[in-house]
Amino acid sequence: MTRKQRRMTIIGGSLAVLALAAALVLNALRDSIVFFSTPSMVAEKHVEPGKRFRLGGLVQPGSLQRGDNLAVTFEVADGNAKLPVAYKGILPDLFREGQGVVAEGALDAQGVFKADTVLAKHDETYMPKEVADALKKQGHWKDDYGGKPSNGDKTSDAGKPAATTAQGNPQGAMR
Amino acid sequence: MIAESGHYALVLALGLALIQSIVPLIGARLNDVALMNVARSAALAQLLFVGASFVALVTLHVNSDFSVANVYENSHSMKPLLYKITGVWGNHEGSMLLWVSILALFGGLVAAFGNNLPLSLRAHVLAVQAWVASAFYLFILVTSNPFLRIANPPIEGRDLNPVLQDIGLAVHPPMLYLGYVGFSISFSFAIAALMEGRIDAAWARWVRPWTLVAWIFLTLGIAMGSYWAYYELGWGGWWFWDPVENASLMPWLSGTALLHSALVMEKRNALKVWTILLSILTFSLSLLGTFLVRSGVITSVHAFATDPTRGVFILLILCLFIGGSLSLFAGRATSLKQGGLFAPISREGALVLNNLLLTVACAVVLFGTLYPLAMEMLADFKMSVGAPFYNLTFAPLFTLLLLAVPFGPMLAWKRGDLLGVTQRLLAAGVAGLVAVAIAWGWASGGSTLAPLAIGLGVFVIAGAVTDIVERTGLVRLPFPTALHRARGLPRSAWGAALAHAGLGVALIGIVCETTWNSEHIATMKQNDVAHIAGFDVKLDGVLQRQGPNYREMIAEFNVSLDGKPLSVMTPSKRSFTTRGSSTTEAALLTRGASQLYISLGDANAEGAIAVRIYYKPMVLMIWWGPVLMAFGGVLSLSDRRLRVGAPKPARAKQRLQPAE
Repeated sequence: MTRKQRRMTIIGGSLAVLALAAALVLNALRDSIVFFSTPSMVAEKHVEPGKRFRLGGLVQPGSLQRGDNLAVTFEVADGNAKLPVAYKGILPDLFREGQGVVAEGALDAQGVFKADTVLAKHDETYMPKEVADALKKQGHWKDDYGGKPSNGDKTSDAGKPAATTAQGNPQGAMR
Repeated sequence: MIAESGHYALVLALGLALIQSIVPLIGARLNDVALMNVARSAALAQLLFVGASFVALVTLHVNSDFSVANVYENSHSMKPLLYKITGVWGNHEGSMLLWVSILALFGGLVAAFGNNLPLSLRAHVLAVQAWVASAFYLFILVTSNPFLRIANPPIEGRDLNPVLQDIGLAVHPPMLYLGYVGFSISFSFAIAALMEGRIDAAWARWVRPWTLVAWIFLTLGIAMGSYWAYYELGWGGWWFWDPVENASLMPWLSGTALLHSALVMEKRNALKVWTILLSILTFSLSLLGTFLVRSGVITSVHAFATDPTRGVFILLILCLFIGGSLSLFAGRATSLKQGGLFAPISREGALVLNNLLLTVACAVVLFGTLYPLAMEMLADFKMSVGAPFYNLTFAPLFTLLLLAVPFGPMLAWKRGDLLGVTQRLLAAGVAGLVAVAIAWGWASGGSTLAPLAIGLGVFVIAGAVTDIVERTGLVRLPFPTALHRARGLPRSAWGAALAHAGLGVALIGIVCETTWNSEHIATMKQNDVAHIAGFDVKLDGVLQRQGPNYREMIAEFNVSLDGKPLSVMTPSKRSFTTRGSSTTEAALLTRGASQLYISLGDANAEGAIAVRIYYKPMVLMIWWGPVLMAFGGVLSLSDRRLRVGAPKPARAKQRLQPAE
């Protein structure tokens, strides 16, 4: 093999790996990305049942109902609209009525959001940042939600994930 | 007084760093030995002062001096001593101080043990090291001073975030920072080589041990963080593809690539330009990680915009160092002479493939981490990139890499014989296939890919064993000869084999845990029994206890297997009054490499308690793997120490120089 051929082999190999990676990323971007929505965004746009997304908002006070076998239902509201959420499992330590929550899952045929993951951020203000931003944008932000400007880095200091997560029962998961 | 002294020591350290940034370079230009030697004393003095500053902050925390804002916000007089100390770096200001302290430590180590380096190279390296240090001292002093006083000192502090009140905080961040910041040394060496326009195999021999040290700490730091999240967060997850974790994974991936390319450069004098580039990229990714975690940009790009000083400052540092070093690279790289030809199928070729796959995998993680931020900034919609994305992108690339791992060390330098190596790896391949068959037979449910992945893990381990067997001639030669040859084998060969086997071990653990993990979530009353994976778990009772700065609800479980009592497990839930939050303390029962995991939810009015029980098969292998890798690294390092540095005569020559 000449020097030139060797070089071409290596360059060709590199390009092949890069092309493979690009193909993998583009393929993954099609269906493995999860978007964030609030109840009013869900109300405005038609979201297909079974399409996974993250729902953020405030837990409607008085809406939390516990059923048998750790089944819970509650409503997530953002001032304009609300959406019923069903979940099976243990709610995270920081889950409270009237405070911010992010749930991941999909709508079922009846329009109930079946969550398989419920997140509550570890922040003194109990207000997930996505939720706070969305509420601010819609003009529903009240200063008493926040208290003081939060230090986003408070909990991520140690490189630990900044959220507690409750993983639902796998039976409740929708793929 | 202590706070003021600490602050003052930090300012002095900045002054020393500025001297160290400039004077040695002038010395190198004028070829003045005295000026170049300033670097050494300045680096040591800088370490002394920043060390004093760090000790001052620790003292303030231990004494619970709430007149200092940092102590007030992150400490509490009732907090146990260990957490008073570890709480120093459990917050932004303190962790940045730890960052620069470790940077100064590495600079000091180069200064103290770099006697065999050429004088001008050492001057350049320490000067570059001081540039980085100066930037971060300025950052701390201007935007995040940990020694700020409060005008009216409160009586009690606000306590440390309860999740961080754990032994994990004592180990994980210092380890991680030793890794992150340790890559600054290879960065400084790379910049120094570009500035001097001279680079050779000796350069790689100096850089490799430092890179290896950083890599060992980073490996352990990441593994430790993962185990911490696993037992502390209460649902048994050990990796989340969270941006903060990605920030530590990216330097690890490119650092691993650097480790391998430096090997080619050291042994074969090839891949010089690429090694320099990787050194720059690895430390740039460490800086990027610092930026991502420290600026608040992760929680939201808007948070970044509302409190911009810190974020903008680190972004400036980032642009300055990454942009500056890459421009220097672009300008100077072509002047470096290339050497060491090799055929595509050869040890070098295999290492190039390793580098290619690692850097591309790293790029994929970088993309996944930054894409949501870019989308939020540009298109103003939010989304998250999670495990599904990485399963579809990172996993296939890593699978290719693992398939290639056993071949690499067995190929010859310059020109390898792929067919011959394949034949020699036949036994390892068969072992892998047998593992696939066994896993297939045993497995009930789960992905069909899982047995294949386990086979891959076994193939990687068996490949590492084959490599050692081949080198020692264990099968071909009589046993005493083989033993003799094993003793004569360089420790780096053992190190490489162990590290590669560690990859296989971790892979098997990951696959088993994710595929056959069983979980049982229920509300349990006293004397209720839960059945999971053959275990009977009976709730004996719940009791309350008062801890130093929390109240604790402890549940007692009797665990039995096939009717035989096995152990008592006591998970608990702690409520911290000062922050009004609670943590879950999971109970773990280890059986071989598998674990039974119990964590508590809330108790309801009738006294029933929500309980999560997991059986996680082979879960400990996930962390044994990295520990094995790190151990391999230590072995390899102990080998290098004997031969490290310049040839002996150079050192003798330096000693003969008259004292200045």
